[in-house]
Amino acid sequence: MNAWLELGITLVVILVVVLVSALVTIYVELKAGSHMQARIGPYYAGGRWGWAQPLADGAKFLQKEDLAPAKADGPVYRLAPYVVMMSAIGMFAVIPAGPDLVGVDLALGVYFVLAISALATLGVLMAGWSSANKYSLIGGLRAAAQLIAYEIPLILAVVAVVIQAETMSLNGIVEAQMATLFTLGGMDIALPFILTGQIVGFGIFVVAAVAELSRIPFDMPIAESELTMGYLTEYSGIRFTMFFLGEYASIVGFSAVAATLFLGGYGAPFLPESLANIAGPFVLLAKVAVLVFVIIWIRFTWPRLREDQLQSLAWRWLIPIALVNVGVVATFKVVF
Amino acid sequence: MSRGIKFAIPGLLKGMGLTLRTMLKKAPVTMYPDVKEIPVPRARGVISLDAEACTACMLCARECPDWCIYIEGHKVEKAPSKPGGRVRTENILDRFDIDYGLCMYCGICVDVCPFDALFWSPEYEYSEMKIADLLHDQERLGEWLTTVPEPPALES
Repeated sequence: MNAWLELGITLVVILVVVLVSALVTIYVELKAGSHMQARIGPYYAGGRWGWAQPLADGAKFLQKEDLAPAKADGPVYRLAPYVVMMSAIGMFAVIPAGPDLVGVDLALGVYFVLAISALATLGVLMAGWSSANKYSLIGGLRAAAQLIAYEIPLILAVVAVVIQAETMSLNGIVEAQMATLFTLGGMDIALPFILTGQIVGFGIFVVAAVAELSRIPFDMPIAESELTMGYLTEYSGIRFTMFFLGEYASIVGFSAVAATLFLGGYGAPFLPESLANIAGPFVLLAKVAVLVFVIIWIRFTWPRLREDQLQSLAWRWLIPIALVNVGVVATFKVVF
Repeated sequence: MSRGIKFAIPGLLKGMGLTLRTMLKKAPVTMYPDVKEIPVPRARGVISLDAEACTACMLCARECPDWCIYIEGHKVEKAPSKPGGRVRTENILDRFDIDYGLCMYCGICVDVCPFDALFWSPEYEYSEMKIADLLHDQERLGEWLTTVPEPPALES
């Protein structure tokens, strides 16, 4: 196939996947969160179950004036939302939804995902610094401190997976989880990494990912009771929408990474090889949906941590546990 | 912090269970414009005025914490009931308005009225598009009187 055509199709598919999954996540959060609080949430928009609420919200945001404070650093201020959005979209480029259904099958896929997701921090810091607002500045710096702290356990949890899979390609990691571990009654049994020694790593990864996403209980960068809206304070209209969509796309992105690394990605037990390209996306989608729901569930249950508690959790608990986890996994890998 | 985490985990899991159970239950919501909630009979919805009983004594207006009652009246001289008696004066009520944009529904006016001219009604559907329309005049306050429930029986 023509290389440019292939690139175009890949781009369009990824953009559609990112936007649709972000909108669906926003809707599920509105609806599931409402029911968790004994409300019913959006009800009239779209005629039934309020399904059109995220679209209506988006249309409302688009009509709003695109304001910038007089003292803001204009170009940086305007660029910041797109950096966040780009980082969210970039994550989807390397996540495999099937053996051949992957934007780019990089040999260093894991490295790319972690690097591009950390880029969102830069966007947040740009937004906080350029807004010329003390709330934005404190929010941006809090986000930077938080993301530096939680990037370490996140990477250490992934390191353990890479050691076990012996590859940094996301496709390779999924294939390692589909490899036959043992044969039971004539059936080849393959288990995802979460069942073969990565349960601690999975826990660390999810906690660190929630912190990376600045979601409750780790949403100090936008803690509205302290910082109005943190680095988002001055944003309105289309740029706020970009931040908003980027945040929700990142939730889906991190869930997809967690599903790929720990839950077996597009592979499912007893799924024949020939069907992997057709059923793969749905298997991955089911795993992602569960993880996204858990993240929403956490948001509507737990209170926000204090800033010092957040740092203490990362440095005194997650990082030591993650280091021990890496050591244990590496030892088992060498011994067996 | 270590003590905190050890004690926090059971509570955190309990909270997760609670939100999940709440989500699976039916939300206790009345779909308001379609289905109307019936308030309890003595609910404090709106204050109604029995203008006949009012003597324009101004007690309610003076007790009102946020000064939302406007009363105007004038005095007329009344002929003595017996020849040679003293000439009496009577208060005539000209204006009695309650501004529900200001009212905080404390009900002090109802309690303080010595002539039983003010009553609570459970009606609540009188929202307006303009805040000025929330000023209910004497006539409107009198209309609410028809919605006032029977007072509870006196204790013997």
